[in-house]
Amino acid sequence: MNPHKRSPFVITAATLVYVFLYAPIVALVLYSFNASRANVTFEGFITQTSERVVMDGSLVKASPCGAFHWYCDLSKNDDVIEAAGNTLTIAFTATIIATTIGTMAALALQRYDFKIKPFSQLSLYIPIVIPEIVMGIGILTLFSQTFGWLNETLGLTGDARLALGIGTVTVSHIAFMVPFVTLVVQARLQGFDKSFEEAAMDLGANEWTTFWRVTFPMILPGVLSGALLAFTLSLDDFVITFFTNGPGSTTLPIYVYGLLRRIITPQVNALSTVWITIVFIAVLLLQWLQSRETKPAH
Amino acid sequence: MLQRLRENKSMQGTFLALPTTLWLFVLLIIPLFLTFVISFGQRSPDGDVIFSFSLDNYIRLFGYSTDCPDGQASCFDPLYVNILWRSLSLAFNTTVLVILMAYPLAYFIARATPKQRNMFLFMVLIPLWTNFVIRVYAWMMLLRKEGAINVIIGWVAGLFNLPFTPLEMLYTPGAVLVGMVYEFLPFMILPIYTSLEKIDTSLYEAAADLGANALRTFLRVTLPLSMPGVVAGTILVFIPVMGTFIVSDILGGRQVILVGNLIQRQFLDARDPTFGSAASLILMVMTLIVTYFYTRKFGFGEEIVVA
Repeated sequence: MNPHKRSPFVITAATLVYVFLYAPIVALVLYSFNASRANVTFEGFITQTSERVVMDGSLVKASPCGAFHWYCDLSKNDDVIEAAGNTLTIAFTATIIATTIGTMAALALQRYDFKIKPFSQLSLYIPIVIPEIVMGIGILTLFSQTFGWLNETLGLTGDARLALGIGTVTVSHIAFMVPFVTLVVQARLQGFDKSFEEAAMDLGANEWTTFWRVTFPMILPGVLSGALLAFTLSLDDFVITFFTNGPGSTTLPIYVYGLLRRIITPQVNALSTVWITIVFIAVLLLQWLQSRETKPAH
Repeated sequence: MLQRLRENKSMQGTFLALPTTLWLFVLLIIPLFLTFVISFGQRSPDGDVIFSFSLDNYIRLFGYSTDCPDGQASCFDPLYVNILWRSLSLAFNTTVLVILMAYPLAYFIARATPKQRNMFLFMVLIPLWTNFVIRVYAWMMLLRKEGAINVIIGWVAGLFNLPFTPLEMLYTPGAVLVGMVYEFLPFMILPIYTSLEKIDTSLYEAAADLGANALRTFLRVTLPLSMPGVVAGTILVFIPVMGTFIVSDILGGRQVILVGNLIQRQFLDARDPTFGSAASLILMVMTLIVTYFYTRKFGFGEEIVVA
C-alpha cells in the first residue's frame, strides 16, 4: 500500500479548502490596484503618467505611480507611518523581553526543581484556555484601577498622570507572548543531549562558560523560532492592544479596524498587501529556521 | 555540602523562573481576580466602579429585569440569555464546520511526500499569519452586494440567461459564521496534521493485510489515532470563537451581537465595567466547563502548541 496515495475525494476537498483559504487574499491584493477610489467594484488598473494624478469622479485615471498608485498614497499617510512605527516599537521591545525571560523560565522548568515550579508551569497555559477578551478587560481594569489610585495618591496632574499608552501595550503583549516562547524553548530542551554539556564540564569549563559555549548555541534555533513566533503574535495582536492602547499608541491592526468603520479606499488593500508580503517572508524565515533545527547539530 | 548544593539549585531555578512567573501573575492572574471582584460591584453615575457585594449583574445577565413593558415590578428579559446562547451555538457550529473542512486538508498534507508537505503546510501558514482584522476585511469585500461573490454568481447566471438579483450576504448571521470559519480554520488544520503525521504507516499496511478496506482502515485506525489533534484543534477554535467580537462587529453589522460584543460595549460605549466583568466571567466559566468535559473525555497532547 502506497502511503502517499490519496483518494479523489481527499484531493478535491483539499483543493476546495485551499481555494477558500486563498480567494479572500487574492481579492484583497487585486483590489489594491483598483482604479476606483470607492473600492466597491473593480474598475481596472491605473495607467502611468509623468504628470499629476488624473481623477474622473471617484476614478483614478492616471498616476505617476501607475498601478501602484495606492501604495504611493499609503507611503504619504502619516497615520499609517505612525501606527507602523508604534507596532514595530512595541513588537521589538516586547520580543526582546519576552524571549529573555521566557528562555530563562524554560531552562528553569526543564532543568531545575523548585517550589513554585508547578505554579509556573500551569500559569503558562492561561492564555490558551482563557478567551483573549477576558484577559484584555482584566488587564484594562488592572491598569485603570491602579493608575487612578496612583494618580490620586501621588497627586499627579497633566502629562505626569499615568495613562494607557505604548508602555501598557508592551507590558501586556509580553504577558501573552512569554508562554509561547517558554513552551517552544522547552520543547527544544526536551530533545537535548546532555552529554555535550557533561563533556564541557569534564574539560574544566564552569557552568557559565558551558551555558554560553555549549548549551546556548544548541538551543539558539529554538530561541530564535520562539522569538519570531512572539514577534508575529505581537504584530498581529488586536484584542489585547484594543483594550490597553491609549492616545498616540495606535497600532496597525487598531488603525485598520478604525478604517473599516469609515470610508475604505484601496489604500487599506495596499496596506494589507504589504503586510501579507512581510508575513510571507517571515514564515519562510521561520520554516528555514525550523528545518535547520531538525538537522543534527555538529 | 550536597545538601547546600541542592538548595542552591532550587534557588537557581526559582531565580530563572521568577520574572516570567511574576509577570504572568501580575498581568494574568491578578486581572482575573480583579474581574471577579468587580463583577460584584456597582456602577457609579459617572461610570466608575463602586466596590460592593451585589449579585445584581448576574441576576440581570440571567434575565431579571425591572424595566418591564406592562408596569410589572419585575419580569424575565431574555436579551442576555439569548446573546449567551447565540455565542455558544455559533462556537459549536463553527467548530463542527472547521473540523469538516480541516480534516481532509490535514489528511491530504499528511499523506503528501515530505517535500510537498512543507509547501502545503507553508500554504496554510500564510493565511494564518495574515492579520486577523485584514482577513475580516477581505470577507467584507467578498460578501458585499457588489462584491466578488455576487459578481461571479451574476456572471454564471448571465451565461445561462438566468435572472439574478445580488444576494444580501453581508450583515447576516451567515456572514459571521463564514468569517469565523475562515479565521480559525488554520488552527484546526495544524494540530490534526500533527497527529496524523505521527501515525506509523505500518499500521495501514497491517490493516490492509488483515483485510480492512480503505473506509474501515480510516474509521478504525486513522480517525481514533488522530483524535488528540481534533481535540487540541477544538480548544484552539472553540475558546477564541466564544470571545471574538471583531468578526460579528464587521461582518454582522449591528445585527449579530455576541458575548464579545456585549463585553466590549460595557467597557467602551455603555461604560459599565461591573456588568462587563460579570459577562466575561460567565464567558470564561462557559469555555472552561466545555473545555474541561471535552478534554476529560478525549484528552489532548502536545498538539496544542503547534500553532
